[in-house]
Amino acid sequence: MTDAPRSFQEIILRLQSYWASKGCAVLQPYDMEVGAGTFHPATTLRALGDRAWAAAYVQPSRRPTDGRYGENPNRLQHYYQYQVIIKPSPSDLQDLYLGSLRAIGIDTALHDIRFVEDDWESPTLGAWGLGWEVWCDGMEVSQFTYFQQVGGHDCKPVSGELTYGLERLAMYVLGVDHVMDMPFNDPDAPIALKYGDVFRQTEEEYSRHNFDTATAEMLLRHFEDAEAECAKILSAPAEDPRTGKRIVMAHPAYDQAIKASHLFNLLDARGVISVTERQAYIGRVRALAKACADAFVTTEAGGFVPGNANADTSADATA
Amino acid sequence: MPDLLIELFSEEIPARMQARAAEDLKRLVTDGLVEAGLTYASAGAFRTPRRLALSVEGLSAASRDTVEERKGPRVGAPEKALEGFLRSTGLTLEQLEIRDEKKGQSYFAQITHKGRPAEAIVAEVLSRTIRDFPWPKSMRWGAGELRWVRPLHSILCLLTDEEGARVVPMEVGGINASDTTRGHRFMGPDEFSVTSFEDYEAKLKRACVLLRAEERAEAIWSEASSQAFAQGLELVEDRGLLDEVAGLVEWPVVLMGEIGADFLDLPPEVLQTSMKEHQKFFSVRDPRTGKITRFVTVANIETRDHGATILAGNGKVLAARLSDAKFFWENDLRIVREGGLEAMGEGLSNVTFHNRLGSQADRIERIAALAREIAPQVSAEADDAERAARVAKADLRSEMVGEFPELQGLMGRYYAEAQELKPEVAAAVQEHYQPLGPSDAVPAAPVSVAVALADKLDTLAGFWAIDEKPTGSKDPFALRRAALGVIRLILSNGLRLKLSELFAKADDRADADDLLAFFHDRLKVHLRAEGIPHDVIDACIAMPGNDDLALLVARAEALSAFLKTEDGENLTQGFKRANNILTQAEEKDGVEYSFGADAKFAEGAEEKALFAALDGAQPKIDDAMSREDFGAAMAAMASLRAPIDAFFEAVQVNTDNQVLRRNRLNLLSRIRTTCLMVADLSKIEG
Repeated sequence: MTDAPRSFQEIILRLQSYWASKGCAVLQPYDMEVGAGTFHPATTLRALGDRAWAAAYVQPSRRPTDGRYGENPNRLQHYYQYQVIIKPSPSDLQDLYLGSLRAIGIDTALHDIRFVEDDWESPTLGAWGLGWEVWCDGMEVSQFTYFQQVGGHDCKPVSGELTYGLERLAMYVLGVDHVMDMPFNDPDAPIALKYGDVFRQTEEEYSRHNFDTATAEMLLRHFEDAEAECAKILSAPAEDPRTGKRIVMAHPAYDQAIKASHLFNLLDARGVISVTERQAYIGRVRALAKACADAFVTTEAGGFVPGNANADTSADATA
Repeated sequence: MPDLLIELFSEEIPARMQARAAEDLKRLVTDGLVEAGLTYASAGAFRTPRRLALSVEGLSAASRDTVEERKGPRVGAPEKALEGFLRSTGLTLEQLEIRDEKKGQSYFAQITHKGRPAEAIVAEVLSRTIRDFPWPKSMRWGAGELRWVRPLHSILCLLTDEEGARVVPMEVGGINASDTTRGHRFMGPDEFSVTSFEDYEAKLKRACVLLRAEERAEAIWSEASSQAFAQGLELVEDRGLLDEVAGLVEWPVVLMGEIGADFLDLPPEVLQTSMKEHQKFFSVRDPRTGKITRFVTVANIETRDHGATILAGNGKVLAARLSDAKFFWENDLRIVREGGLEAMGEGLSNVTFHNRLGSQADRIERIAALAREIAPQVSAEADDAERAARVAKADLRSEMVGEFPELQGLMGRYYAEAQELKPEVAAAVQEHYQPLGPSDAVPAAPVSVAVALADKLDTLAGFWAIDEKPTGSKDPFALRRAALGVIRLILSNGLRLKLSELFAKADDRADADDLLAFFHDRLKVHLRAEGIPHDVIDACIAMPGNDDLALLVARAEALSAFLKTEDGENLTQGFKRANNILTQAEEKDGVEYSFGADAKFAEGAEEKALFAALDGAQPKIDDAMSREDFGAAMAAMASLRAPIDAFFEAVQVNTDNQVLRRNRLNLLSRIRTTCLMVADLSKIEG
């Protein structure tokens, strides 16, 4: 039986070492503002193409509309997701996942763990998959998805993706009712810090900024800049004139897509996007993500074999 | 006669797809077996969250040999023809038969197709079934190409007879069939092998899996009821939830918990909806107070602490959910107490109903005016109807309905009561949505009826005005349902309404005749279900006042009953005979014979008797019609049957005497006019 973890960070550390022991490359968070761990290129782009892949990482995630000035017990505009992606999905992925719950102190003989139908779809990434939300005693603790399409491309082979909402999971494991009361480091440490000591003030500041002071015109301009830049990067010829090498700039272009997506979220929180405009913005971000996916599959990491110009890289639009 | 056992073991199958999938498996496999020439005695399909199973009993061990006879070339035909025939049949010359025919002798071949063993057929049929399975949504996984609802892990495929059990050799997507499976994910995870269906079901039970969904549902229901009963409480029935929950567990463990005292004042429907939608909990009611005081959750595991941890966790999640609900409830009540439902509904002017029909606020304005108009015709106070219409949609802006859209109307009623609106107004807020479907209750309270009619008629006339009518299977605005709702409101309350006038008042841009025809179509569907044939309805629709549906239906019911009698049948025939002769004569002569027949030209007894019968029946029919007593009117018409029959028997209408002929045609015209008073009998078929 595993002993119970004592802090938020211990849960993260245990997940890191568990997935490292199962052969995942433990990556670091992507250094941009994203809405979820799926946006990390280690998931979105690496789910494409036929190269095997296994990675796990923490991803700070921002959802400006969820800001509650640090007052709501479980809603935050900035939170952490733990993300695991393995391609091709191994046949024992459910068991591996259950092992990770045991690693963080959830005794699966004492709790009621269930896989409840939940089909995942990201309209901004042009991605979808089938899977479940995982319930522990009636609470959703993870999202479990077999990717079928990303950026409009069929995933072959299929990646298995696990996403843990870290705060919620940790609150459950640690028996804490308000996120701000959760021990961040060891409660017996010389300088014991709670989650609120680290994040209450920032939640307040960002809530105010996101809802009331972010400059909508600037956000709009930046959105359009990112959109234009993404297209410009992708329109550059594959051959780099400086090195003479074939360098398709899928990742720099994808950075612009991520930026556009976050700017859209900020505009949404600012309340300046009408219901009818919403769909149009989501479509614009999706077009960027799709273009980046199209570019990625023509790169080496995306499974492109140099010299094989006929490699089938066309998007399969069946969904 | 071997028995066949199949199990497809996978990761968790969505609960809503399981029942259909089990039936599909049974259908596709048994159909495939029969098509390939096997027979079987019986078949049963089973399902749990992780497996579909099929048991086929009394399967034939092999398909029969079949013999095909083929005629070949004539004896003495060119060598080439014979060679070709031998090649195509795979036989030698000695194996052919020579038969005498009219034109000489011919070769005949008897080709025997050997029967195939059940194994080979089962392997082929099951492999095809798995590959082409009709999942509503399926997926690939790993590096494979096979599609299933979630990753498929193993295939058990076993034929069992007196000699024992044997695995049917087959492979699909890299999975080889075997005789093994696994039990419960946590309580019986080890692999085990089975030898027959009985052995399979028994061993699964030992490994904590109840194979039969009905058995799981029954176990949940009886255990939950008895736990509630032991506390002097009762379980709130919910068949849909029971079926769903039975599809979420392989080993149901029923746990009952308390709802925190803080939440007991929430309306029972709120507690019930929140618990059901979010947590799949059953509600437990205190029969003395009618309040929901506890919940029942169904776990999938037995634990050493008897579910204490699970119950505590679930209770915590529920408390968080109900805190939200309580927050919504209190916020909504505060708004209503301060400014009434009117204040709550303020934002409706910003909510679009349809871009060509304006905002929700515009729509409410129209419904209020129409409800006022309808009120006196349904014995409702006009002021009450208008008031109810003005607040009926306000709860769409409440936080509670935002969270639980299915509580619309009901929450409005709670808030109307909190605002101390008249009880009939509050009731109308809830009831004006009804009836929602063909089996939903129909409001009877006058204010509710007025608003319910106004709401639906506004929608129908509005969409007719902008030409957004239902086409084929497409009815995105549920206009058929709305029309049926109006029909049921009218009929069950016996309302006498002139629909065409109401259409014009609702939206004068709508094509009222076309909309009325739409109502007539819906009415036909509704009445056909009650056994009234379409030609009877058509005969009544052809009469004046057909926008008064209560009158139309009374007419149709009387006619339908009358036509079932012998009198009715004969009168219809008599009418048709009279009508045919008359119509032909009118066409030939180019005149209409409606001038009035004169009894003084009547010749024989039969003709005189018919005049007398018409004279005698007329006042009775007129009297019955003035009372809208269609049954009595038709009974009076029935008295004409014998005289009409006798008349046609004895009298020649088209005689050479033009005076007599004209008079008799005018007599037929009287019959026609009389018979057409209740319905257009010319539309009756047969």
